[in-house]
Amino acid sequence: MALLDTSARHQLHALVRGDVTALELTQQHLARIAELDPTIGAFLSTSDEPALAQAEAVDLERAQGAPVGPLAGLPIAIKDNLCDSDQLTTCASRMLEGFSPPYDSTVVARLKAESAVLIGRTNLDEFAMGGSTENSAFQQTRNPRDPERSPGGSSGGSAACVAAGMAPLAIGSDTGGSIRQPAALCGIVGLKPTYGRISRYGLVAFASSLDQVGPMGRTVEDVALLLDAISGHDPLDSTSLPLPPTACHTTVNEPLAGLKIGLVPEHFAKGLDGEIDAAVRAAIDAYRSLGAKVIEVELPHSRFAVATYYVIAPCEASSNLARYDGIHYGYRADEAAVAQELAAERKALLAAGDTRAADGLDSNLVRLYRRSRSEAFGPEVKRRIMIGTYALSAGYYDAYYLKALKVRRLIRQDYDAAFEKVDLIAGPCTPSPAFKLGELASDPLAMYLLDLYTVGANLAGLPAISLPCGETASGLPIGLHLTAPALEEDRLLRAARMYELARGE
Amino acid sequence: MAISRADLEKVALLARLTLTDEELATMTPQVAAILEYVDQLNAVNTDGVEPMAHAVELRNVLREDLRRTSLLRESALASAPKHNHEGYLAPAVLGE
Repeated sequence: MALLDTSARHQLHALVRGDVTALELTQQHLARIAELDPTIGAFLSTSDEPALAQAEAVDLERAQGAPVGPLAGLPIAIKDNLCDSDQLTTCASRMLEGFSPPYDSTVVARLKAESAVLIGRTNLDEFAMGGSTENSAFQQTRNPRDPERSPGGSSGGSAACVAAGMAPLAIGSDTGGSIRQPAALCGIVGLKPTYGRISRYGLVAFASSLDQVGPMGRTVEDVALLLDAISGHDPLDSTSLPLPPTACHTTVNEPLAGLKIGLVPEHFAKGLDGEIDAAVRAAIDAYRSLGAKVIEVELPHSRFAVATYYVIAPCEASSNLARYDGIHYGYRADEAAVAQELAAERKALLAAGDTRAADGLDSNLVRLYRRSRSEAFGPEVKRRIMIGTYALSAGYYDAYYLKALKVRRLIRQDYDAAFEKVDLIAGPCTPSPAFKLGELASDPLAMYLLDLYTVGANLAGLPAISLPCGETASGLPIGLHLTAPALEEDRLLRAARMYELARGE
Repeated sequence: MAISRADLEKVALLARLTLTDEELATMTPQVAAILEYVDQLNAVNTDGVEPMAHAVELRNVLREDLRRTSLLRESALASAPKHNHEGYLAPAVLGE
């Protein structure tokens, strides 16, 4: 097996032992990207020169016996919605095409401080809105397991690049399932940590109360390693929890005795693909044979989670995306053309004697905002801004936004009650395996319903993971979804690792 | 709740968007379907339930009141579509 197809931990051992240099490892990954990415389309850009220079610097430090970070020399791919002052950050949007951030996000800064090799920027749904990576303004990403199919989204580029061995680790972000769903569809491991575990400073905001950065890798151990490197309190993010970084990689191989796993009957109801149902039940049986107790629990409000999410997320998005005005940064429409157009409209209205309509026209500034935003945002982003603006508008605020926030509390209370009885909740990650590209593009609601099993963790702020638990007869990956109480990443990862080890991985 | 094309045009102005006829034609039924779907929240009894705006309970976060370097003006302006090295340039609002 090529080194590139092994775990990050294995590659790190090879680096530490001196079996391979960071420069060689980076060159190998860049060669793999050059070979595969024209088909897969996982990367929006690669940073060949800086990555090679970084790798050489790590090799030199190691040769001199200098202390290096735990991830030193390991290539890591970054979802293109985390600011990096050395790389363009586009969020896969025309709005930010060519945007060069003036600072590093905390996650990127920590990885740089660890001497990780930031190998490239991965594709996503525009501003992380979507579940298929088809909403990128720049390119389509294909699922490495079947190029006719979607890698999922919105961290589809990150998932695809790890699955194809183009990087051993990747960073994603998860607002409603955007790390776990593509991990499940591509057959890798993806973790959404507890809200506040990882700084959101420099993560381009989509829905601030739900967004969380997280690690993606080939194994649970790899994900633990990356979590430890990027977690911990950050004074630059006021929602960051005042806690030290996790140390999950030191405990991840210790099995849990007396584990109680919760199973929600509704998660196995109509709409779940039969092969996924069987694979997830088999995974739960595997836990039983490891000595875990399986207990039925209820999450009575979980069936409202998608509806709650699709009020709260667009409301927050409409507010967060108001900053893209074409003035401060990002795309600006042709100012002269906008002014000319408005003048012509005014002239026509006045000629027709309609002074009222002429007075009601946009100002030059408002028309420039509108034109810039309309030209630069794609359809999914516009749709969500519209839903959010509508739901927040006078007269509808109580009926939609406030109502959703109350249901959100009930959803959280359901989890709290369930976790009094069990340590973890297990279930499917997605209702169906990877779908064909274009299959759901014209039906946003059907696409939204794919988040059925994942959004609850975002609404409640809980840590959750997806890990592979088999394949369909046609070879498409299936994800097992585990959710833990807040701050119990250690428990979550140890439990996930138990299953992984039982499968012989 | 039924939503009309005229409603969407009004919301588009509030959202600082301009939608083409084609976009309005596609989006009106889509937004209507999504709003109809989220209307199921009305079935949930939320009497006496405190809204939960954030996943962690928000608290005021203070830092020491010390003078420190902020983003440099040239860095802030570097990404602006149009500037004069002192400020952002935008179309005139007064005296149009």
